[in-house]
Amino acid sequence: MSPALLILIGVLFSVGTYLLMERSLTRVALGVGVLGNAVNLLIVAAGSRPDEAPIIGRSGDLTDPLPQALVLTAIVIGFALLSFVLALAWRNWSISENDEVEDDLEDRAIARRAEWHSKHGDAPHHEDVDQ
Amino acid sequence: MTTVLSLPVLGPLVAAALMIFLRGLAVQRFVSFFALGVSLVASTVTFVNIWDDGVIRVVRMSGWPGSFAITLVADRLSAAMVLVATVVVTIVLAYATGQRAPDERSSFYHPVYMVMAAGISQAFLAGDLFNLFVAFEILLMASYVLLTLEGTNEQIRAGTTYVVLNVLESMILLMAVGLVFAATGTVSMAELPARLAELPDGVRMGLHLLLLVAFGIKAAVFPLFFWLPDSYPTAPSSVSAVFAGLLTKVGVYCLIRTQTLLFPGELSDLVIVIGAATMLVGVLGAISHRDMKRILSFHIVSQIGYMIFGLGIGGVAAIAATIFYLIHHIPVKTSLFLVEGIVARDSGSSSSEEVSGLARRSPILAALFLVPALSLAGLPPFSGFLAKFAIVRAGVSDAQWIGIAVALVVSLLTLVSMVKIWVGVFWGDVSPVEKASIPGVLRHQKTMGVSTGAIVLFSLAIAFAAGPLYEFATKAAEQLLDVAGYVAAVRSS
Repeated sequence: MSPALLILIGVLFSVGTYLLMERSLTRVALGVGVLGNAVNLLIVAAGSRPDEAPIIGRSGDLTDPLPQALVLTAIVIGFALLSFVLALAWRNWSISENDEVEDDLEDRAIARRAEWHSKHGDAPHHEDVDQ
Repeated sequence: MTTVLSLPVLGPLVAAALMIFLRGLAVQRFVSFFALGVSLVASTVTFVNIWDDGVIRVVRMSGWPGSFAITLVADRLSAAMVLVATVVVTIVLAYATGQRAPDERSSFYHPVYMVMAAGISQAFLAGDLFNLFVAFEILLMASYVLLTLEGTNEQIRAGTTYVVLNVLESMILLMAVGLVFAATGTVSMAELPARLAELPDGVRMGLHLLLLVAFGIKAAVFPLFFWLPDSYPTAPSSVSAVFAGLLTKVGVYCLIRTQTLLFPGELSDLVIVIGAATMLVGVLGAISHRDMKRILSFHIVSQIGYMIFGLGIGGVAAIAATIFYLIHHIPVKTSLFLVEGIVARDSGSSSSEEVSGLARRSPILAALFLVPALSLAGLPPFSGFLAKFAIVRAGVSDAQWIGIAVALVVSLLTLVSMVKIWVGVFWGDVSPVEKASIPGVLRHQKTMGVSTGAIVLFSLAIAFAAGPLYEFATKAAEQLLDVAGYVAAVRSS
């Protein structure tokens, strides 16, 4: 495996992970794309030696065609995933005019109930937490 | 045999492709039920055959030789899982048609549902790791669409978490598959056990952990479970019933394969600890919630813990208990979500603060809830008792005292939160608003009621047939632990 490819895979992984942890959905979508490419490159780089193209009728040192077949399938799947995340981001934007991932209201209510509880030592009435 | 084994995958897929062109609701319903009927027959035939002789069935698609082909492998566990999954998928679809809800009327619902059914069957039958990855993608992609079908704000919010988390899971799984291939030169599950055993310890453990993380996210085990109680409650009830019943179980199934076939008995202490933590954290989450669907979602997590705990203990008795637990849990969990769907449809909410007195309005619905609820908590004589008893007995023979203590406490807490739903939603006075409305609940939702009844009967049948089923689970466990037998069967076919 060439060191340049190795470094590229590493960079792609870190960029993808960083983007995936963003709150903005567009960046998450980009993260999905970058991460997918990192994984695909990893499979090709780790799975096969760089040799002659494996075409029927050729002989000599042929590279293993299986990783390429796997990656081809993975690219198609990754493409579908990316378009779905983009569609999701678009829908999110058209509903709420921003593309941030929102918190879970029910979770927030429970967190607030716990805070309330520790302050007042008594279970709050439901209305107090839900507004 | 070739066609019979591949029908549960191909039937729904072909139906889905057809339905892109057939947009009419009646036609789509017919095609869906026809396809599911075909896979039901096919999976029953496979199951009955394998019950008789226990021979592992192998199919290589399009007749390619050896490791080039896409292989479908059915041993006892796979055959049983495909059958249970097909039954559940069919019943839930019947329930969905009775819902008269906009989601089922959408012309996307039926094709996507069929794709999911095909993905689930394929995951259970996959004979190599990459094929398993593809099966995961098929069912996940379908689940993304089903989860966000209505496109409401809440669904998009929860759907985003679900999609991003599962995309990450797919990446980790794909990475694991790629690295396994790089290390061993194969992805066939029959070739892998021997080649993985030759690897240095460190490499093997790394690959093992990657697979555990990937399948662990899917199965929603501690500490990777948090996406589940967040996203499942927002889906339409028929959809979350299938998700709850089947999708996490696909993850558990893959964990079983990892721990028995690929890395037999390795890291079992870690798996035991994860199992115990999953049980405990899940049930504590359930106790803190008031909404029925949320409570049930957290119980999925806690119940998964039991299976993982059994899997970690290892040995024929514990694996058999895990398999029995897996089979019993699918219809139980599905029926609870279906009951919740009926409640929510009738009252507009399933929170114990807004609904009450349902038992007075519809005793039958109350019974339909009570049977699976008590089974979930593990009360005799229901199937849940037998499953939990088997797990605990396996734990005793392995001296896992802490795990057993956790299992018993969690079972008690499960009962507490089931009682909470019962007291809140089913007991008490009928609220004045609902008094004014029609008396019966099920009278206007006959199809939903009947299909929920069918699945409750299915879970009762598991309790009645527990003897032979447990014997079957024991044989399936023996088959799982006989790695050499699996390898030989796939190679010689």
